[in-house]
Amino acid sequence: MAEMTYRQALHDTLREELQRDENVFLIGEEIGRFEGSYKITAGLLQEFGPKRVVDTPICENGFVGLAIGAAMLGLRPIVEIMTINFIALAMDEIVNHAAKIYYMFGGQCPVPLVIRTPGGGGQQLSATHSQNLEVWFAHVPGLKVVAPATPADARGLLRTAVRDDNPVLFLENLALYNTRGEVPEGDYTIPIGKAQVMKEGHDLTIISYSRMAVVALDVARRLEQERQLSIEVVDVRSLRPLDHETVVNSVKKTNRAIIFEEDWRSYGVGAELAATLQEEAFDYLDAPIQRVAGAEVPLPYSKPLEQAALPSARQLVEAVDRLAIRKRRVVYA
Amino acid sequence: METRQQRKAAAQGAGPADSRPPASLLKGTDRETLLNYYYQMVLIRYFEEKAGEMYTRARIGGYCHLNLGEEATVVGFCAGLEADDYVYTNYREHGYAICRGISPAVVMAELFGKKTGCSSGRGGSMHLFDLKRRFMGGYGIVGGQLPLAVGAAFALAYRGAREIVACQMGDGTTNGGPFHESLNLAKLYRLPVVFLVVNNQYGMGTRVDQGSAVPDLYRKACAYDMRSERVDGTDLLAVLEAVRTAARIAREEREPSLIEAVSYRFRGHSVVDPDRYRPEDEVRRWRERDPILLYATRLKEAGLMDEATRQELETRAQQEVEEAVRFAEESELPSVEELYDFVYAGEGGR
Repeated sequence: MAEMTYRQALHDTLREELQRDENVFLIGEEIGRFEGSYKITAGLLQEFGPKRVVDTPICENGFVGLAIGAAMLGLRPIVEIMTINFIALAMDEIVNHAAKIYYMFGGQCPVPLVIRTPGGGGQQLSATHSQNLEVWFAHVPGLKVVAPATPADARGLLRTAVRDDNPVLFLENLALYNTRGEVPEGDYTIPIGKAQVMKEGHDLTIISYSRMAVVALDVARRLEQERQLSIEVVDVRSLRPLDHETVVNSVKKTNRAIIFEEDWRSYGVGAELAATLQEEAFDYLDAPIQRVAGAEVPLPYSKPLEQAALPSARQLVEAVDRLAIRKRRVVYA
Repeated sequence: METRQQRKAAAQGAGPADSRPPASLLKGTDRETLLNYYYQMVLIRYFEEKAGEMYTRARIGGYCHLNLGEEATVVGFCAGLEADDYVYTNYREHGYAICRGISPAVVMAELFGKKTGCSSGRGGSMHLFDLKRRFMGGYGIVGGQLPLAVGAAFALAYRGAREIVACQMGDGTTNGGPFHESLNLAKLYRLPVVFLVVNNQYGMGTRVDQGSAVPDLYRKACAYDMRSERVDGTDLLAVLEAVRTAARIAREEREPSLIEAVSYRFRGHSVVDPDRYRPEDEVRRWRERDPILLYATRLKEAGLMDEATRQELETRAQQEVEEAVRFAEESELPSVEELYDFVYAGEGGR
């Protein structure tokens, strides 16, 4: 085990995958000479040269489509979209092409592609630079979507994504880049579509992903100490495919669920998870499923407004309280 | 380069001047090859007429866009490439697929939604595909295929391969972002790609000059310092020569090109389009310039095709189309059990 930042985990994995497979190349805006807007690709142009680390003009649809075309001929592109907000410009190539080519042409041509992109708010970047648009992609058959919360998962999932024969949206988060964690040594991978129980518990389950999973783990540990509440935290890690089994088994055990997500509540990840739980664990639920999600506004710039719009630890604790009160009533009844 | 007057005439829908291609090409190509071009043109003509008929008989569903009237452009384009080059097209692609070696039977089966179709019945008319023949897809979203074609060319350059990519599109595509992003990337990275704009003068019902501030579409390439030219799309040999030259430059010099072939579709945008937006005399004038008749006349005048040969070729093409329909009719539909096959690669498809 070695401790490193989420950023370092991504950087090292990209470097190793470039070394491992000649077909892997990086492509995106400002990833070479500028070394990446968030410096994930720092030093890689010098080490691998402009053939393997390709700077593009500002044309998301063009260079994402280029990567898809290159993948059709057997290369394994890793695209960086500077932030997920700019991915709107590449929707046609991702949704109408990357997601469709294998199926629509009768399984003749896989598209082994990774699109790395950070989402998330909290940096006062305001409405067009702070979004969580991952559900757009999780909605689409043919795509895979992963959203690691820890440096270890970032590394293991990025390796798997690069070696997968399908288009994978790899969601990062601006506020996670400097977070630190233990990362196993060696060429380990984490399967796409497997959730992880970050902390075991028996009173209720918090289901989350990406940065919110880190906050959830924090809250769960704190409430365990302060109130002796035993909270299970499940990080789904992959949004598509979604690991129903781990989530459902956890809620069958704890009988209560809170979904904690940074995206907007309506039609969000929580909506999908809540629907899954009522379909597959209806008889085990002792309380309505709670969703703690982003306020339904374009994220504002001003600090107090931004903080009010983002889902917070405080809101999560309030949701725990709502469920805990219900629990007490049940116990007294 | 053409005169300004010619450009103006073409932009007004009159078509480029009826220029003869260099005689050297006719003389330098063997008779069998030239007759085969004729065969391919009439094969497309019969195939598309039959596809229209099968559509009205409800054997074919969805959208169905025909190459009728564009046969010289289709055959000339495909003939200008080598067998191992990669081709991307838009959704008006039946003829291109056939010319690149996918059998008409397998194309017709795809139109019928059969398991034996070239996309296993998953794609339909707009999404023909054959990896072995490097026919990399018909694409239903206008402009969608351009970045993909540029990416395929990127992969070829990455590997130092000698093949090239050819990418067909319609006139309306030149007004959208993917066109401009793709031309810029192709030129910036010096990728081996040939863009072909089939200017059939209408994007659905919108005339080129109503949709494009620069109706001389080939001139748009100059924004990217890319070589480009306009050819008479009713002249098979003119298209062939332009594509062959552009392909050679892409192969040897890693320079992309754009070719505009001025053409005309004999029918509406798709089979169901009643075609009310085009003046009757304009349609009539272009039908008189039927590319198949023009080419037949040239072959006859050169003493390369007598009437008996012409009839024999046409009969053979008709038979091949009949055989295609028979194959499509008799083929099995995909099983509903296979619905989830091919969603994901490498996982039993699911």
